Amino acid sequence: MSPPQPLVRAHDLAMRFDVSRPWLQRVIEGKPRQWLQAVDGVSFEIARGQTLALVGESGCGKSTVARLLVGLYAPSRGSFHFDGQDAHAAYQSADARALRQRIQMIFQDPYASLNPRWTVEAIVGEPLLEHGLISRPAELRERAAELLVSVGLSAQDLGKYPHQFSGGQRQRISIARALATAPQFLVCDEPTSALDVSVQAQVLNIMKELQRSRGLTYLFISHNLAVVRHVSDQVGVMYLGRLVELADKHTLFSQPRHPYTRMLLDAIPKMQGSGAARTPVQGEVPNPLNPPSGCTFHPRCPQADERCKTERPALRQFQGIQIACHQV
Amino acid sequence: MTSRLQRWLDSDVGHSFRSTPTAVAAAAVALVCLFGAVFAHWVAPHNPFDLATLELSNARLPPAWSEGGQLQFLLGTDDQGRDILSALIYGSRISLAVGLASVLLSVLIGVSLGLVAGFRGGWLDAFLMRLCDVMLSFPAILVALLIAGVGRALFPNAHESLAFGVLILSITLTGWVQYARTVRGATLVERNKEYVQAARVTGVAPLRIMRRHVLPNVLGPVLVLATIQVATAIITEATLSFLGVGVPPTSPSLGTLIRVGNDFLFSGEWWITVFPGLMLILIALSVNLLGDWLRDALNPRLR
Amino acid sequence: MSLLQVKNLVVEFPHRRGTLRALDDISFEIAPGEILGVVGESGAGKSLTGAAIIGLLDPPGRVASGQILLQGERIDHLSSQQMRHIRGRRIGAIFQDPLTSLNPLYSVGQQLIETILAHLPLSEQQARQRAIELLQDTGIPAAQERIDHYPHQFSGGMRQRVVIALALAAEPQLIVADEPTTALDVSIQAQIIGLLKKVCKDRGAAVMLITHDMGVIAETCDRVAVLYAGRLAEIGPVRQVIGQPAHPYTRGLMACIPDMDSDRPKLSQIDGAMPRLNAIPSGCAFNPRCPQASDRCRSQRPELMPAGVTAAACWLHAQEAT
Repeated sequence: MSPPQPLVRAHDLAMRFDVSRPWLQRVIEGKPRQWLQAVDGVSFEIARGQTLALVGESGCGKSTVARLLVGLYAPSRGSFHFDGQDAHAAYQSADARALRQRIQMIFQDPYASLNPRWTVEAIVGEPLLEHGLISRPAELRERAAELLVSVGLSAQDLGKYPHQFSGGQRQRISIARALATAPQFLVCDEPTSALDVSVQAQVLNIMKELQRSRGLTYLFISHNLAVVRHVSDQVGVMYLGRLVELADKHTLFSQPRHPYTRMLLDAIPKMQGSGAARTPVQGEVPNPLNPPSGCTFHPRCPQADERCKTERPALRQFQGIQIACHQV
Repeated sequence: MTSRLQRWLDSDVGHSFRSTPTAVAAAAVALVCLFGAVFAHWVAPHNPFDLATLELSNARLPPAWSEGGQLQFLLGTDDQGRDILSALIYGSRISLAVGLASVLLSVLIGVSLGLVAGFRGGWLDAFLMRLCDVMLSFPAILVALLIAGVGRALFPNAHESLAFGVLILSITLTGWVQYARTVRGATLVERNKEYVQAARVTGVAPLRIMRRHVLPNVLGPVLVLATIQVATAIITEATLSFLGVGVPPTSPSLGTLIRVGNDFLFSGEWWITVFPGLMLILIALSVNLLGDWLRDALNPRLR
Repeated sequence: MSLLQVKNLVVEFPHRRGTLRALDDISFEIAPGEILGVVGESGAGKSLTGAAIIGLLDPPGRVASGQILLQGERIDHLSSQQMRHIRGRRIGAIFQDPLTSLNPLYSVGQQLIETILAHLPLSEQQARQRAIELLQDTGIPAAQERIDHYPHQFSGGMRQRVVIALALAAEPQLIVADEPTTALDVSIQAQIIGLLKKVCKDRGAAVMLITHDMGVIAETCDRVAVLYAGRLAEIGPVRQVIGQPAHPYTRGLMACIPDMDSDRPKLSQIDGAMPRLNAIPSGCAFNPRCPQASDRCRSQRPELMPAGVTAAACWLHAQEAT
């Protein structure tokens, strides 16, 4: 019997942004259009009920991938299938509504992700109203209260405004809003990065509990590898718009193969360290407008050779993981 | 109603109001002028437009405290025997009405265009902003004169009643630009915030997002601008009326009164022009000070 | 003699609804050449501590009582003129956002030279030479050319190196660094932490490193002070505070941090949240969330008392028998 179809299947997703100067300036200066390739061919699958974490540093494109999946952008190349259906075609058509009920998003900034002029009831209830899931105001209040309780807040909070809550509580309100339409897939863009450590622990625990009780599938974006280790089943490492390594959690953390993954793991400050100096990797993430040729990591890679400078490595299977590296 | 007022007075903005004497004084003055204007019929001691009550023997009387003045004509009379104080009150009613109406219309047009420009971006945004630039390169008075002149030429007979419409329109057409620009800038900022993205992810239509999500958050600076612009509008109207292209002479505004009184300035009857002038200054100043306070009170950085 | 002594510092914010005590009786010392970490969550008051020391408290905030002594001299109530002489020459500062710490209109060299000339009796030539050396020390390649570049021509990590060079320009004895690595990528963070440690040890400058990231503290600091709700919860050598925390809050905090080495199904969490400044409970500020709170904790505020090698403000470590 074949394994059940994965809920989320992304194939060769790519996104480029037009960052050219305004038309008039371009004509006067005679410059061509300028493109930023934010995501350059990313493929992955997420099984039902699982969590895929995408990690990487600034400019790696993980946030863009998140926005591609929820339909905020249309990809310039590639496809994304949700439960067997071509999602981007659906987003452009009349089926968009049904799809948006099943896919929702949680954002990074707890202060900007809630409308400061709306009450919590209005914020959490908006998806319900928008999708016509309820009709009477009393029912809305009931459902909104239920949602708040499920994330550890109380029904008393319905009439309050966002500024009356702390960062962690606001993030919970965001989660409640995301759960309003009973979605199956949640895209979480750095949901705890702006929170204190103790608050982060609370929010992560809630998210894990909700996943367990509702069978949710998560795409979890983060730059914090320790958090990723705690929440994910599978981890994908991104660098300058490409996936360099994709493996299940245990394998990635115990046996990282790609030089960039190793570098990232090594860069994490160790709590139990001896305080001895580590040798951090040199260089910084290059400008995404002008990426290096071949393997984009080659300027910083201790193992780069001539082939790495010219030929871009494809993501391929290797001993149960996927990796894009010539040296492995 | 009173509990809402109580809550507002208790808030940071309300507290700032209570502790800024200028704001309280300015608000008081503005409210008194507004009250007088609205209830002119009951407040004014005489009706300067009722030709039957005028007597030429009362003409050119000085203010009550100078020699020859009478108490029933507190601020004196003009060459037709009209009481200056009453004329002031009725005049400020016209001025305030024109000022408020044109600001309201400016806000409506400017905020809508600014929202659309900021939210949609692209060529629409570019077009609207260039339009703003073009409008700003014309002095407001010139535009108003142009429109007034065109109005007269188009409707020579219906001139009297349309004069108000044309006047309000001309002030509006020069005033909307500020709102459009301010709101466009604020919309650009709000558009990228996560709560707008969350609404898009939920599938809310763009028009609804603009109206229900973005609009409430960009109105702050609009309020400040509108308050200060009321003063500008009143002065613009006064200027136009002074130049003779504003309100019709049968419904004199403060500007008309100033113009009419100007002719008598050198024959010593200074009160006919000075008091309307002072009234204009008073209204404009109080509204301006109120607007200044509002801007500082709403500025989170200054708190 | 310690370089910096903070004694019973109280910072208040008079507000129309009452006075908020943002820092309530904080005391600690920094020895010359030592790196002290100040850690706490948002609202605990760590940035305020740094601001109070540098003399950059935003009004209406003010030092209500207590003393700040730099090499034995009081600096907490100096005039802004006097404070300006101290800032830069004896205390250097590094802030979180390298983008806004540098003036975009002036070249990096101009800003460095301006600081050097303001505090040291050097000629322009000598100042420029010194600026180039500083850039080289902080790892900026091709310093001779890059000294004339503008801040926007540097990447984030490079900019933070320039900010560090700027802080060190006049050879201060103390550097106050407020979240210097928070805005940077993980790999750059590691580089900057290493750099900070190296240049400060080389120059014998002490560092007060303010951050919420315990990992950074573990890697860089000699001692660490843990702040909670404007009060000092624990202070001591880094190994001890992290490995065997004496205060229940520190213990809870350390337990919450997701660990790279273990795989727990559920992260331990501290229930509740840090109290707002206008709602600090009586007694020990942590008592509502503490699993070991006693009646004494609810009524009497604990002083900082020795707990093994560290010092903790907790009645659990009181000397008298219960």
